Amino acid sequence: MLYSEIVMDHFRNPRNVGEIENPDGVGEVGNAKCGDIMKIYLRIEDDVIIDVRFKTFGCASAIASSSMATEMIKGKSVQEAAELTNKAVAQALDGLPPVKMHCSVLAEEAITKALNDYLGKKGRPLLPERNQNQLAHDHGNR
Amino acid sequence: MNGKVYMDYAATTFVRPEVVAAMMPYHSISFENPSSLYSYSDGNRRAIEEAREAVADLIGALPEEIFFTGGGSEADNWALKGLAFSRAGKDKRHLITTETEHHAVLHSMDFLERMGFRVTYLPVDSEGFVSIDKLKEAIRDDTLLVSVAFANNEIGTIQDVEAIGKVCRDRGVLFHTDAVQAVVHVPIDVKSMGIDMLSMAAHKFYGPKGVGALYVKKGIRLENLIHGGGQERSRRAGTENVASIVGMGKAASLASEEMESDSLEICKLRDRLIDGVMSTIPHTRLNGPVGDRRLSNNANFSFVGIEGETLLLDLDDAGIAASTGSACASASLDPSHVLMAIGLSHEMAHGSVRLTLGRSSSDYDVARLLEVLPSIVEGRRAMSPLWDDYMARREVL
Repeated sequence: MLYSEIVMDHFRNPRNVGEIENPDGVGEVGNAKCGDIMKIYLRIEDDVIIDVRFKTFGCASAIASSSMATEMIKGKSVQEAAELTNKAVAQALDGLPPVKMHCSVLAEEAITKALNDYLGKKGRPLLPERNQNQLAHDHGNR
Repeated sequence: MNGKVYMDYAATTFVRPEVVAAMMPYHSISFENPSSLYSYSDGNRRAIEEAREAVADLIGALPEEIFFTGGGSEADNWALKGLAFSRAGKDKRHLITTETEHHAVLHSMDFLERMGFRVTYLPVDSEGFVSIDKLKEAIRDDTLLVSVAFANNEIGTIQDVEAIGKVCRDRGVLFHTDAVQAVVHVPIDVKSMGIDMLSMAAHKFYGPKGVGALYVKKGIRLENLIHGGGQERSRRAGTENVASIVGMGKAASLASEEMESDSLEICKLRDRLIDGVMSTIPHTRLNGPVGDRRLSNNANFSFVGIEGETLLLDLDDAGIAASTGSACASASLDPSHVLMAIGLSHEMAHGSVRLTLGRSSSDYDVARLLEVLPSIVEGRRAMSPLWDDYMARREVL
């Protein structure tokens, strides 16, 4: 099997699938040309992420990355969530094949975008975002 | 098949028991090198020639026009590079192929372009067919060869090979066809179809892996790709893979006898499969043609809103082996070049699944697929933002 057991578990039983009505933050990244689109919804109270949901069009790695990333930021503060890296997501999944590392990058970016949506509404400084065009097929990590 | 549902016969078939039985003696009893002079080798040499006759019979060729190879890809490479190199330095340096060929052909063409040859890639229509008029227009004074697959490996399109062969013959251009997917599904007669070279692989028709053949019409000179000893009449060096060649011959002779009845049975199952999927899963596209112009064992679908690899893995969990043209299931991230060539959007090309049937396919297999696939598609669509967008657009429209 191409994927680790953890990836397959999150693919078969994705956590936090769905939408949040009137979310405090929402971020969508990726494009159909590359075969991956991720959309993250956040519910934030007192700067703490109390609920997070996702919808993803993509391969098993993309779905597992979305699922794991949402698990990793749930209950965390905005500041803590902002520090989540794609590398941490990939490590939590017990690794991704090199050609699939871009899925973890997309998960990180979707969260950043959703957090920025929240921060922007609050009139607070935004987090730096990666360039989507450069990221689309970025197979590396950081 | 041990309870599993195998729907990936275009990738490879099982080896028929009769074929295994025919091969067995050549592994450990009649193991001698067929090139040796002692009499023990006589039987091995005879076995190879009998296999050559059986393979030749399958496609209406002469035995001396059949050369055994290490598989279909080697046969394609040899046909294209061997012919090009045999003409190197001469005035015919233009080749024609299609956008939907197997990578064994496309990558060989890439290589030849780097060697200074020029290649025209013909487009195909929405069902995967090459236009005969466009082929005629593409042929130039310096055209050496046309290479068009007999049947497409992803969407099952069977080209009008006879018409292509006629154009090539009329214009004095050689015609190669990659028939790896077509052999045993479609009757082939290289003479009446005007085919000059034809590639095939045993493991696509219940023979062993690692053996194939190239038909080369008498009189055509190819440069060797593999140099060494004098095997295959000094045109393909290397000690013969006797057991596998015998297996290919046995598979070919069985196919000659049973092709018609097998195809009819498999075709009925295929139609049931296609009708079932199209009627139970809305917003689905059948890729490739319908009816007789499609390989009898091939079905290829795109499902709006989902990526093919997810379906493949969900089907695997349900015990069903299938294939996808989805990029994410391979080392490349690009969607299938075949599906893009027939005009699919990236979204639809990413969401494809290929289901191919064979001798062991049964009503149960089709019923099982139809039992699980609709809910799999529904489940994955429910978590797809692309599906939400698609449905929202439909509501607006």
